[in-house]
Amino acid sequence: MERPDTAVPRPDAANASGRIVLTEADISRALRRIAHEIIEHNKGVQDLVILGIPTRGEVLAQRIERLLHEIEGTDVPVGSLDVTMYRDDLRSQPTRAVGHTSIPGDGIDDRTVVLVDDVLYSGRTVRAALDALGDLGRPRAVRLAVLVDRGHRELPIRADHVGKNLPTARSERVSVRLAEHDGVEEVRIAASGSEGIR
Amino acid sequence: MKHLLSAADLSRDDAEQLLTTAAQMHDVQRREVKKLPVLRGRTVVNLFFEDSTRTRSSFEIAGKWLSADVINVSAKGSSVSKGESLRDTVMTVAAMGVDALVIRHHASGAPAQVTDWVDATVVNAGDGTHEHPTQALLDAYTMRTKLGDLAGRRVGIVGDLTHSRVVRSNLILLRTLGAHVTLVAPPTLMPSGIADWAAAEGFSYGYDFDEVLPTLDAVMMLRVQKERMTGGFFPTPREYTVGYGLTRDRLRVLPEHAVICHPGPMNRGLEITADAADEARSLILDQVSAGVAVRMSVLYHLLGGAES
Repeated sequence: MERPDTAVPRPDAANASGRIVLTEADISRALRRIAHEIIEHNKGVQDLVILGIPTRGEVLAQRIERLLHEIEGTDVPVGSLDVTMYRDDLRSQPTRAVGHTSIPGDGIDDRTVVLVDDVLYSGRTVRAALDALGDLGRPRAVRLAVLVDRGHRELPIRADHVGKNLPTARSERVSVRLAEHDGVEEVRIAASGSEGIR
Repeated sequence: MKHLLSAADLSRDDAEQLLTTAAQMHDVQRREVKKLPVLRGRTVVNLFFEDSTRTRSSFEIAGKWLSADVINVSAKGSSVSKGESLRDTVMTVAAMGVDALVIRHHASGAPAQVTDWVDATVVNAGDGTHEHPTQALLDAYTMRTKLGDLAGRRVGIVGDLTHSRVVRSNLILLRTLGAHVTLVAPPTLMPSGIADWAAAEGFSYGYDFDEVLPTLDAVMMLRVQKERMTGGFFPTPREYTVGYGLTRDRLRVLPEHAVICHPGPMNRGLEITADAADEARSLILDQVSAGVAVRMSVLYHLLGGAES
């Protein structure tokens, strides 16, 4: 799956392998474009709520919020949405740690929610996020922004805002590393490691 | 982790994770839709051979909010009152294909015994005078919300230590989390062999509440179990209150930042005065509210993933 389990840097963070597909500058440009797209699509930032899916989606959501503020000069509610307990593969793995959910004070009812994640892959995380949202309220619309879309969808789900479309083989691994969590800022693609498919 | 029988089953990491998850569950409790799909299709049976309101109902709510099917079996009105043995009762219930049994029994060790008979996950919801691990977890959770990390904190547990199952679980868990624990009781209610136990486990004990009181970050008042007070453990209730009750005078001596806990049900005027129970520093109602979140966390960690 495309989601890390915890906030702990991945074991491979130290001995980085594979090739870099997005550099720090690329990531920064992609996020800025996504922010502009969100504003354009929404015709401003009114009634927007940005929700990141932990761990790295949460970081990206905060960055997008800062960019929106910078461009439009208004605060946009930002929060995080943990989907662990809505996953469809809970039973096939040891119990996962539950992440952090924080919904901005005014809730999500009748607002446009922009879900933010680092990598879009099977689409199962997003499905879980949609279920989780359903228990929290009824947004007017839900949009999806991802830094990388690597294909291989298993569900009818697509992103509205994509930083980079990255054709991959299922056996390859895509790792997003962000300064806040990993100390480095890059997206790498590597041939399958011992960790299995990502 | 398959079962939760004793607080000693939990490593520090386990305990930290259960308490962290409990905090997330507590947020869910404040939502309009208090339902998570994690235990959909799982069945939890509350098997209570002893009376209980808060533990049974909080396990029931916890299971239901996690979407499990929850069934309550109490000794009264079941085949137990017709003389069925624990083993037969448990095997009968387990044969229906349940995933978890939450057991409260008057015999110490009954839940552990049950794990030999059934494949289901077993949660100890209080066995005799032995343990009550989820109570210890919710006490630790509640104290942490006010005191932060419990490592190095001083917790006093005061009252009927001999008949309390809460004390052993709390002692073990608080030690696991790095807190200093002091047990205080009249000599008649101090467990026998306390000196050896204290030396082995690394906690302190005493008979003088007033001496310990000013040093505490948290004081946990245990219930005087009137139903078990047949042995003349103290001359009069009044005398107990004077020596070991959390009175108005003692409230003034308790440090300002210290918190007050009581596992309930309280005997107001005996081990705790109404003033103390209703103080701002009293966490007694927070404990009840935390009970559901902590039990959700326990059920999630025991039943939420694949069997390992």
